[in-house]
Amino acid sequence: MFRKFKIINILLILSLGILSCDREQEVKQPPKVVTVWHWMTDRKDAFAELAQQYEKKTGIKVNFELYAPSDAYTQKVRAAAQGDTLPDIFGILGEMRDFASFIKAGYVEDLTEEMNKDNGRWRNYFFKKALEVNEFTLDNIYGVRPGIYGVPIDIMTIQMLYNKRFFRELGLDPEQPPQDFDEFINIGKRIKERGLQGMVSGWAELWMIDCLANNFAFNIMGKDKVIKTIKGEIPYTDPDWIKVLTLFKRMQDEGLLYNGIVTFINKTAEQLFANEKAVFAFNGSWCVNVYKGMNPNLDYGVMLPPKVSDNYPRSIWGGAGSSFMVNAKSNVKKEAIEFLKWLTEKEQQIFLSKTTFNLPANKDSVIDIHPRLAEFADDIEITTHPRLWGISEFPRVIEAFDKGIQSIIIGEKTPQEVAEEVQEIKERELNKKKLSRSKLVGE
Amino acid sequence: MRIKLTLQNYLFILPALIIFSIFYIYPFYKVFQLGLYEWDGISPVKLFVGLANFKEIIFEDKIWWRSMLNAAYITFIALTFQNTLAFCLALACDREIRLRNFYRTIFFIPPVLSEVVVGLVWQWILDGNYGILNSWLIKLGFPHLVRNWLSDPRTALNCVAIVHSWKGFGWGFLIFLAGLQTIPRELYEAAKVDGADAWQMFRNITIPLMIPVMMLVAILTVLGTMQAFVLIIAMTGGGPAYHTEVPVLRILASMRGSSRFGYACAQGISFGIILVIISFIQYRFSQKARQIY
Repeated sequence: MFRKFKIINILLILSLGILSCDREQEVKQPPKVVTVWHWMTDRKDAFAELAQQYEKKTGIKVNFELYAPSDAYTQKVRAAAQGDTLPDIFGILGEMRDFASFIKAGYVEDLTEEMNKDNGRWRNYFFKKALEVNEFTLDNIYGVRPGIYGVPIDIMTIQMLYNKRFFRELGLDPEQPPQDFDEFINIGKRIKERGLQGMVSGWAELWMIDCLANNFAFNIMGKDKVIKTIKGEIPYTDPDWIKVLTLFKRMQDEGLLYNGIVTFINKTAEQLFANEKAVFAFNGSWCVNVYKGMNPNLDYGVMLPPKVSDNYPRSIWGGAGSSFMVNAKSNVKKEAIEFLKWLTEKEQQIFLSKTTFNLPANKDSVIDIHPRLAEFADDIEITTHPRLWGISEFPRVIEAFDKGIQSIIIGEKTPQEVAEEVQEIKERELNKKKLSRSKLVGE
Repeated sequence: MRIKLTLQNYLFILPALIIFSIFYIYPFYKVFQLGLYEWDGISPVKLFVGLANFKEIIFEDKIWWRSMLNAAYITFIALTFQNTLAFCLALACDREIRLRNFYRTIFFIPPVLSEVVVGLVWQWILDGNYGILNSWLIKLGFPHLVRNWLSDPRTALNCVAIVHSWKGFGWGFLIFLAGLQTIPRELYEAAKVDGADAWQMFRNITIPLMIPVMMLVAILTVLGTMQAFVLIIAMTGGGPAYHTEVPVLRILASMRGSSRFGYACAQGISFGIILVIISFIQYRFSQKARQIY
């Protein structure tokens, strides 16, 4: 009896053991999922395809979630940060100040170590300019620990474009766009005579006005003086700044600006240029894809904004177009970083560039690209960006400056009046900053 | 027993009170609290500045007050042009006219359309280069009136105000019509028997009985128009320069453009207080008007 019982017990234990072994085999770890929030509508399908490829290769699922337009995306990311529900990978749209706030609040992973691994293998993928906008250097004014905090996905430059068919109609050589401001103004006279419209751009969006104004400012007074102005050491009433503002008045007076330019968002401006309603446009390299979709037969060229002075070299806005950051609090941080490494490898970057007509951030991928994109890429070395200046202008001052330019264009104010108003606001903001600093010290 | 009854009564309103507190009072308190700080909306550190944000709004922020004036102007146009139109159309549709129901439907189409769509359509109509309005003006022999309606500082705000009124008159129309239909027909019949003409009936019956409805429409118009912004974003984005800026756009600019969440909250509170004051004045005015009639 006892023996029988023993055998039954052994069989029971063995069968339980076998069952539990089976269960262990059955209970698989759920596949790891990396969630990415982005705002790039034009890259939706390409990202989805890349995600599929990556899952096939590694078994890690990547969920790209699109939230557009960019304004809504910005708000979503901010709200998610406050609620601690940020995805594993996300983008920070805004100024360097905002980027710094996210880092200081502990939402962004420092990628320096990963970038520098294996003699900087990952770091060396990128154009230097593309990486710079994601980097905080030693002694940065934002108080952020030096390091690289973002991964550039593409690069961009913002330049001028001209319609070659209109150039031929105006008796101009379509391969010789204007080099300096006087040549540009002369074309304006011809445009006026022929009843055409001059330059179109989304100047209801203030940053686009700011961009051209900064191009002119760098050319007239050089980077140092622009930075000194931001620091408050040089007033906006300085003759060089008046010169910058006067250029907008001249463009308007000479018929170089599209009628109603100050109320156009960039999408409207893109439609107008694509539909051959304007001779010139001021736009970023992303426009190649946009124009291709709107009018594949559009014959246009890319040119640098005209030179306005011989004192300093010309400079244009550019660098990283879109960047991704890794959530420092993510549970799949390692996987997120690995995915971004894969995404920025040559093959994936070529794929993105070919399917979405954006300039790749990986410097080895700039091969066999659209000829217009190549023209945009040619000038990457002379790009600058407010994110690289190490100091940010007060938003109120930027707004007053750009709205002031709108007032000049609609003939409401003179450059001098605008400069005085901007300086008044600048002084008020500087005083306020001093007060809050002394308050902080007091505390 | 009485205490028990009172407690019982309070128990019935407790769910509503809890919901109201969670979704209205607490957020209002939090917004007011944030208004006392300088905060960028991300950073864990908030700098307490007391009433400095409110002081800045009242004494330094000229653009804020300009936006208030712009909103007040649009509201004035809405109160006069929009509501007069709505009242006249409601009077017309209240009578036994042909196709009455068809008109009622037509007049209510603009309010149900999306503000973004309306804004973009009107932007296209008013376009300075290819707009229908300019094209008609030329065809009708008024080429001197042709202009870029939305980027001309003299016309931008008027255009926005008129489009807003066009979009909004349907609400007023509907409420006025409902109000007119509550007036007992016997009053008009009795007046007719007494020899009253149409004007006398309108002045002595319609107007006095419509005063509460008019006040309601006026309050709704003021509150709705002062807070308008979607249409303006779609049409002009607040431009050119600051010509069509309104308070809600300024609050958005403080949050998104300047990353000053604390200041934006203070602007929101100030704006709310101004609206409450305006509504209170309107309420008192309506009480007086009722007494007069």
